Amino acid sequence: MAFPYNDTVLEHFKNPRNVGRIEDADGKASEGSPACGDMVSVYIKVDEETKKITDIKFESYGCASNIATGSIITEMAKGKTLEEAKRITWQEASQALGGLPSIKAHCSVLAVECLRSAILNYEEKHGLVVNLEPTTEEIVRKKLRRVMNPMKGLDMVATNLVKEIVVSEGVIRVVVDLPEDHQFAATIKEEAKERLENLWDVKQVIIEFSRTWQRE
Amino acid sequence: MIQKIIYMDNAAATRLDEAVFEAMKPCYFENYAVATSEFGYSQGLEARETLAEARASIAGALGAAPEEFIFTSDSTESSNLALKGVAKALGNKKGKHLIVSKIEDFPVLQSARALERQGFEVDYLEVDDLGFVKLDQLESLLREDTILVSIQHANHEIGTVQDLETIGRLCSEKNVLFHTDATHTFTRLPLDVRRIKVDLITVSAHTIHGPKGIGGLYVRRGTPLEKIADGGFHEFDLRAGIENIPGAVGFAKAVSLVTEEENARLKVMRDRLIEQVVAKIPLVTLNGDPQKRIPQNANLSFHHVEGESITLHLDMYGIAVSTGSACFSRSLEASHVLMAIGGDHERAHGSIRFTFGRYNTMEEVDLVVETLATIVENLRRISPLGKQGGV
Repeated sequence: MAFPYNDTVLEHFKNPRNVGRIEDADGKASEGSPACGDMVSVYIKVDEETKKITDIKFESYGCASNIATGSIITEMAKGKTLEEAKRITWQEASQALGGLPSIKAHCSVLAVECLRSAILNYEEKHGLVVNLEPTTEEIVRKKLRRVMNPMKGLDMVATNLVKEIVVSEGVIRVVVDLPEDHQFAATIKEEAKERLENLWDVKQVIIEFSRTWQRE
Repeated sequence: MIQKIIYMDNAAATRLDEAVFEAMKPCYFENYAVATSEFGYSQGLEARETLAEARASIAGALGAAPEEFIFTSDSTESSNLALKGVAKALGNKKGKHLIVSKIEDFPVLQSARALERQGFEVDYLEVDDLGFVKLDQLESLLREDTILVSIQHANHEIGTVQDLETIGRLCSEKNVLFHTDATHTFTRLPLDVRRIKVDLITVSAHTIHGPKGIGGLYVRRGTPLEKIADGGFHEFDLRAGIENIPGAVGFAKAVSLVTEEENARLKVMRDRLIEQVVAKIPLVTLNGDPQKRIPQNANLSFHHVEGESITLHLDMYGIAVSTGSACFSRSLEASHVLMAIGGDHERAHGSIRFTFGRYNTMEEVDLVVETLATIVENLRRISPLGKQGGV
């Protein structure tokens, strides 16, 4: 039979590892929302001395690539130090799964980010986080590097979809180099907004689409 | 492992009936000529006769005259021709305003958007939470310059059947043309153009065990319509291109094979599935109206779980169904139909559509419900939603 995913992904989807909750977790986080169709929660236990992840569990409301990535990433992070675990990338998780369809990148990248957020949550609780800095164009660009371009399977910055970024008095304006009625315009808009809206000093996010975009 | 496939996505495609295939065969191997003009050679004349018979029998099923029915390649083309053909014929005469419902299938919706880009004005009619179009809103939107209203007979995802009689009356009172997409109702529900004031009807063979690649458009006599693809003078000069005679013959045969008994049987399977799912699985919502829905459609949302995960698990058991989840679609957007009836993403992402056909059995229905119950339970166990004290 022909399935949309490879055998490794299907294996993790059918029998996800480290599923569940840690009630007395040292760090925990959720990424995504029911609205975007994918949501992940990650719970970690950390050894205070060695800063190693001694236990990790995840929950997923999402599609197969979301569940499989949650499963593989918890396997990869277990036993690693926080610094090591932070550096696990989506590409590495995808590689460990034998490759994910690029169009599904945005569903699976959530699990990777959720792991980082759970680590950040631990660091915040233990006073390990540096001071808040004001949002700049560079910070916006960095955030947008986590928004996938489903046409390429790479982020929207790397694929030159970001035409313009303006940050002024708590308002971020981003111009995307796509027509408004493009197949993926709505998804990209929603994801970009989600990435930027939780910046501490941002009141409003405006995502606009370029009218000059020409089909190749 | 050899597994029996349970196909419950008959709104997307259906297994061809052997009798349809047998009826089509001579058009490929015996007389494969194209239909010629009345002065052509004998095979061409015979082909012309065959095409005329197929046309007459399908038109008859709608209560229409043969010359009021043209063949197209499928319902996408039919709906494109209906909307763009009327716009072309009336855009510079009567006006540039159209009304379509928000829950139309893509051929109507995207044709309307294409016309908007050409300077036409389109109103998108709202629906209530069961999927019925708001008739009072329709009444207030009809204008002097309205050239066409397009509202589907029944919805392709949630199965809700619209009140065509009232819609047709409202349109004709205001002298506005009315098109309906009957892709999912033709032969499954009564539709007679002598009783319903409808000017254009989209139909297709692929939903009733006929071949893919053949559809049709009913065009009431005198309806202003211009063809949208240039070529020869086929199909009463409304649709250029070589006639798909095997398809037309297959379509006519498929229409003749649908019976009242079959439609009643589909309805029993539909009701059994809904009743069993609701009894065995907690936290389920039926999408669409329980009664006014097509006999072959059940659409249910499973709270706290995502549709693509359900369909993939079912697929591994050999069960084919579809979902309104964003992850399943080519645009990565949640079903516009489920969003329009509720505006709730979780309901759209967790929705599963089951559509029945001639080859489904009661035994399959029970097996699907049983399998589904296990899958949903397992997925809920790993879901962060619907639990106390999460992150």
